[in-house]
Amino acid sequence: MSRLFSLSPENRPIAIASAFTVVIILIGTGYTLATQGTVPMLTPSYLLQQLQIGSFLGLCAAGMMMVILLGHIDLSLPWTLTAAAMMATTVGGAWAIPAGLGVGLAVGVVNGLGVSYLRIPSMIFTLGVDSVLRGLMIAHTGGFAPQTEASPLMRYLAADRVLGLPVAVFVWAAVSVAISIILTRTGFGKSIYATGAKESAAYLSGIRTRRVIIGAFVASSLCAASAGILLAGYSAKAYQGMGAPFLLPAIAAVVLGGTHILGGRGRYLGTLVGVVLIVFLNSVLSIMQMPEALRQIVYGVVIVGMLLVYGREGRTRL
Amino acid sequence: MLSRLASAIGRNWGFTGALLLFAALFIGYHMLHPRGFSTAVFIQNANESVVIGFLAMAQTVPVLMRGLDLSVGAVMTLTNTIASHVVTGTPVQMIGGMVLTLVAGTGFGLMNGLIVVYGRIQPIIATLATGAVASGMALLIRPSPGGDISSDLNWALTNAIFDFAETLGFAEGGNAAWLQPIANIPVPLVIMFVFGICVWVPFKRTVTGRTVYAVGSAEGAAYMSGLPVSRAKIAAFTLAGYFAGCAGLYLAIQTSSGNADINQAGAYTLNSIAAVVLGGTSLLGGVGGAIGSLIGAGILRTISFYFRILSIDPLMQSLIEGLVLLAAVSIGALRTFRVKNTLELFR
Repeated sequence: MSRLFSLSPENRPIAIASAFTVVIILIGTGYTLATQGTVPMLTPSYLLQQLQIGSFLGLCAAGMMMVILLGHIDLSLPWTLTAAAMMATTVGGAWAIPAGLGVGLAVGVVNGLGVSYLRIPSMIFTLGVDSVLRGLMIAHTGGFAPQTEASPLMRYLAADRVLGLPVAVFVWAAVSVAISIILTRTGFGKSIYATGAKESAAYLSGIRTRRVIIGAFVASSLCAASAGILLAGYSAKAYQGMGAPFLLPAIAAVVLGGTHILGGRGRYLGTLVGVVLIVFLNSVLSIMQMPEALRQIVYGVVIVGMLLVYGREGRTRL
Repeated sequence: MLSRLASAIGRNWGFTGALLLFAALFIGYHMLHPRGFSTAVFIQNANESVVIGFLAMAQTVPVLMRGLDLSVGAVMTLTNTIASHVVTGTPVQMIGGMVLTLVAGTGFGLMNGLIVVYGRIQPIIATLATGAVASGMALLIRPSPGGDISSDLNWALTNAIFDFAETLGFAEGGNAAWLQPIANIPVPLVIMFVFGICVWVPFKRTVTGRTVYAVGSAEGAAYMSGLPVSRAKIAAFTLAGYFAGCAGLYLAIQTSSGNADINQAGAYTLNSIAAVVLGGTSLLGGVGGAIGSLIGAGILRTISFYFRILSIDPLMQSLIEGLVLLAAVSIGALRTFRVKNTLELFR
């Protein structure tokens, strides 16, 4: 216990969240041992399957973390993801993935311009952009489920395996490595932390905070778009509402991983742990065949409980 | 007199702009309407605006103290399902059920406030989590849509005062002479006034209410001035729960049933934020008010009314709502280009 408190404030959430993930897996294993006498949760194939499912949420959370580090938020994630998936399947062929990423790039630039130059709170600007994207996509599909299919490359990236590992996990790993290098080793990453901690101070020390904000929103939308492309590949098509289940878990994963919701503090490793925690929490709840109502309650209680343990604000007000 | 009015407008340009936009949209709607202005259409408009109006008021109070309540839609759904069970039986039982529903909403808000203040968790993430809890409880209470709220109650509360009097059998069945001047006022507007505005305005004038504004402007300064910061924060979330409870109760009466629709809860929460911003309340806290948010909710609703009378493809509704929202906040943001000292932008 004393070792726990000797951890730096940045690492304490990560340690506790990791420990809690292990507890969740143990609870799930105990449950299956008691009811079926087997331990499906500890088999490699099950863990790999969870990682594959987790890769979509992992990509969303990685992008979301970039904007939360700035003290902003990206509520346009659901329809950025869906629009990228729909555009990718509509274009199809070799240009499917560039088309999807292009959607992400465009949305990110618009979000970034609105937040950085117009200084509209990101909460409301990205909400408006989400609504516009939804309108555009509904107009595009005529309100019906799109008939287009994912290109072979998308399906390969999302559903195939290399060396026994799902390709989607490699994509997630690549994005993770890129983001942690950006955050810890580049000037852009340091600028994100500085801008998130105190934008006026960052501006006065010569950081072009507007460009930093645009860059972070582009990163967030690109991540959401890649999650959409992968998800469309995984289910072989794009569909309406494919992005909605990712928004709140992505925010929760980032926050449970110790990133401060008002910006400036947080490590990417924490976000990874947060994603794994949420994926395993979901899978244990579904193994227990918990009804949706109780799942929602457990979900909420876990978030509040974890934050009561390590996410509390300081008592000082000034 | 005129200069005082001008300065009041200058201080509340967000509210004034919202009022003008709402008036233009609303008058335009009734001019374009094939049957012109009629009581029936007005009552229908009022009915459809009550729920989002209450939710916009609910969202306003935490936003004023620089917080955000992402659970208002879920609390509305929760109270909606509670009301669908308890608002039945004899008139006295129904009134008891309504009180119970409002108490449930208020209690949930109080819990939010306690978690934020004593748990010291950021409001946005705390209410995100409690919102999930509220949705889950709503699903437990009503796994499938249903409930039988008296159709008399529905009729009495969703029409004009005349019908209210007729259903309840007072004022000579609605024909008394003294009732005639107000007989055509829609009951939903009266409900908004009595349960919304008559709660908000006195609250705003109390020390706790002023402290909500002070916390939104500068929490440190409010604390150092000895204002009851913790009490104001708890009160803000409690009031939000109360207004969300009003929304859920009215939704139950309006639809005569309860429905634990989680997607609807999320959409209402997001719309409540949009209404607050359209009504001139700053998301940075300290500026605005719940009455502006009512106007903002009216703007959102009026836009959707246009889809009925103009033959616009209903599929375009989301697109146009989004564009109006972006345009409105962008116009409000144009001042940033007049700011001479860039440092003033960072608040």
